[in-house]
Amino acid sequence: MTPVPESHYLIFSLILFSAGIFGALTRRNALGVLIALELMLNAVALNFVIFSRTAPEGSASGQVSAFFIIALAAAGAAAGLAIVLAVYRSRKSIQTDDTNLLKW
Amino acid sequence: MLELIAVKGIYILMVFAAAAAFASSLLPNLFHGALALAAVLLAVAGLYLSLGAEFLAMVQILVYVGAVMTLVIYAVMLTGRLEETVTPSGRIQRAAAGVSCAIFFVLVCGVLLSTNWPAAPGGNPLPSVKDLGIDLMKRHVFPFEVLGILLFAVLIGALAAARREKS
Repeated sequence: MTPVPESHYLIFSLILFSAGIFGALTRRNALGVLIALELMLNAVALNFVIFSRTAPEGSASGQVSAFFIIALAAAGAAAGLAIVLAVYRSRKSIQTDDTNLLKW
Repeated sequence: MLELIAVKGIYILMVFAAAAAFASSLLPNLFHGALALAAVLLAVAGLYLSLGAEFLAMVQILVYVGAVMTLVIYAVMLTGRLEETVTPSGRIQRAAAGVSCAIFFVLVCGVLLSTNWPAAPGGNPLPSVKDLGIDLMKRHVFPFEVLGILLFAVLIGALAAARREKS
């Protein structure tokens, strides 16, 4: 059993995810979008850990899934930041509105 | 008594993390946003501890707070004259995003509270680090290897993308 009711944890991670969506929708800076993305990934990883405590047959697999998410988030951050730096070098700006190289 | 204090601590941690999460997507200065994200990540590591995932909490602090946050803050400082990153999005866009987030929150909250989650009676036993390692190497060995290849590819890709082009 979890020390606090499971649903409270779930609602908390839903709040984290909503804050992440809001950031991803409103930020004009590509780095801000990336920060919001990390927030959302973290909420998902937290959900896996919560269910690893309660769901049947979830014990170790839930935590292993959370490991995978953390590793994927690190890889995403590294690739995203490299792209941001490359865009900044060629356009002198990382505002998402200015990045329209691939736009027809 | 001790349990009561622990439960209160968990709720305080949740409120703190939620406040920091909103700060990280609302603060106009990106550097402050990145620091707020670090606070969220630390608080979530605390919640991992409360759920009995000690090893995961340590990984979270090492990888997220240690490595990813350093990368993000480096990128913020490399790309932005910090004062000039303040370009708030339009009022209408902000309102629309807020409303859609609120609707999303209410809908998922309703589903979440009305679902009867399947629960193992008495909860699962806490896996030790040994169990985690065995699970990683037996049941999840294929995704583990794929993840290794992915990390390698990202390493090369990031170097290639961030490299200065020859003029």
